[in-house]
Amino acid sequence: MNLSKYIKVYKKFLHTSLASELEYKTNILVDLITAILSLIGSIFLLSIFFQNNGYIGGWKYEQALIIQGIYTILNGITNTWFNPNLTEIVKHIREGTLDFVLLKPIDSQFFISLKKINPSGFLEIMLGFFLLFYCIIINQINLNLSLLTLSLITISCSICILYSLWFFISTTTIWFVKTWNAIEVLRSFLYIGRFPLNSFSFSLRVFFSIFIPIAFITTIPSEVFLGLSQLWKIFLEVIVATVFLITSRKFWLFALKFYSSASS
Amino acid sequence: MGQNIIDVRNLSKSFNISSKEPGLKGTIKHFFRRETKSLKVIKDISFEIKEGEIVGFLGANGAGKTTILKMLCGLIYPSEGSILVSGYLPFRRKENFLKNITLIMGQKQQLIWDLPPIESFYLNASIYDLDKFEAKKRIKKLSEMLEIDEELFIPVRKLSLGQRMKSELLAALIHEPNILFLDEPTLGLDINAQRNLRKFLQKYNKENNATICLTSHYMKDITSLCKRVICVQEGAISYDGKLDLLLKKLSPVKEILIVCRSEDDAIKLENYGFTVKNKIKNEITIKIENNSITSSLKTILNNFDIEDLFINEPPIDEIIGKVLIKKDYDI
Repeated sequence: MNLSKYIKVYKKFLHTSLASELEYKTNILVDLITAILSLIGSIFLLSIFFQNNGYIGGWKYEQALIIQGIYTILNGITNTWFNPNLTEIVKHIREGTLDFVLLKPIDSQFFISLKKINPSGFLEIMLGFFLLFYCIIINQINLNLSLLTLSLITISCSICILYSLWFFISTTTIWFVKTWNAIEVLRSFLYIGRFPLNSFSFSLRVFFSIFIPIAFITTIPSEVFLGLSQLWKIFLEVIVATVFLITSRKFWLFALKFYSSASS
Repeated sequence: MGQNIIDVRNLSKSFNISSKEPGLKGTIKHFFRRETKSLKVIKDISFEIKEGEIVGFLGANGAGKTTILKMLCGLIYPSEGSILVSGYLPFRRKENFLKNITLIMGQKQQLIWDLPPIESFYLNASIYDLDKFEAKKRIKKLSEMLEIDEELFIPVRKLSLGQRMKSELLAALIHEPNILFLDEPTLGLDINAQRNLRKFLQKYNKENNATICLTSHYMKDITSLCKRVICVQEGAISYDGKLDLLLKKLSPVKEILIVCRSEDDAIKLENYGFTVKNKIKNEITIKIENNSITSSLKTILNNFDIEDLFINEPPIDEIIGKVLIKKDYDI
């Protein structure tokens, strides 16, 4: 793979999608306001849950805010990259415009996963980081290099898991053509990631750890911040993320053999 | 004409297709138990195309023309048989193969809708590894050939269909491919836009010795661009050869309208032994086989007092239309 070419192409992707989005200023403004209101609403909801009892699943309100912060960052990444690109796969397959992607001398997964960005998602990422920074202060967390490295690793793994899940579902469009609902179900499951995993019953904890690994996505990075995480959990998250990434890649290449292109 | 650049041997393609009965009952049945059957859409076809050739694929809707093009450019895996395009197996989609081909579909677009076409051109240039200077040079050259200028800087959504199609062509040709797959490139364009596009394709073919595979329902595209045509009927090739030979085969007779000086001459001509289509007063229309036109005309001019004479070529659309009829038409 020619890395410099891919960097050059990605710069073009950034430029063209920013230019496209900036054509619609009002839409961006509405998205920005929605991101702020959504964060305020989530924090308000969380505070209601903690109103009667100071602890949920062994987590204090201040600690649970870390999960909210990580969730906000991940949701921002979802809205910036995954949502505009991965939902487009369905459209590409339904309308047959995937033909143009497949005939370009560039990796098709790279192309369809990164071609667009939604700049309003950046605000959400920034808000998530602000909230995380605030949580570090109120929880009196001692920031050091190992903590930063571990949190970077776990958050990166969460991004990979989230991307792989979404990409996997979108890829099934090659057979099922319409998979909007499955993506909506995935998104609604992700909302669960705003709460500590221990706040759910045992069976749900198992479900959200094995079948849809929401647990890995927000809870483990949050535990890293609070110094509660065990090393085996971090290893497990790295392994799960690697397996998910490789599987989604292999699945895409396998699915392309069944691509029949839309009729003209 | 150079060596073979496309080599297709015993190619077949089957698709699994589900069918649904009409009405609510059919819909419910279709939802719970989908009946699918394997449909062979391309049936054991073989052909070669030489470098620099322009070949038209003719056939009715659903005959399999687009499927053939999509297999040639590597979008669809063949079920049986082999394809070699420029020495590559297309469905492997190797980088060097992809840099050598392009696909243009009249009904689909790759330009970024909200931005001027120039942005899509530079994006494609970076995908094809062209530096800015080279990209600029090629955009200038192609835009001159396509006669577009200001349109390059207007958002695609505000361009007319003709301007958009020209821009699509430029985006698809910025890497200067040697093999062009064109699927109804003039669809929906007005007559002038169609003519300009054809002119451009002829020029591109000449300048780059490019091989062009074309499908179109506009006969003018076929007649002005393609010397050779491949007729596809229900997934099989029913004719592969020169267009003028096909026309002769499909239309072996010409109609000749003869205006005689007197009605008596017309009556004499009527009884001379030619196949008469009709006769009105001193005007008579006869049918003569293509291979005996010269001798028959000589006979008529020598033996009858003729005032005027018109040779009517049957409309090309009508002739080719016979190929498009789904039922077996023996060519």
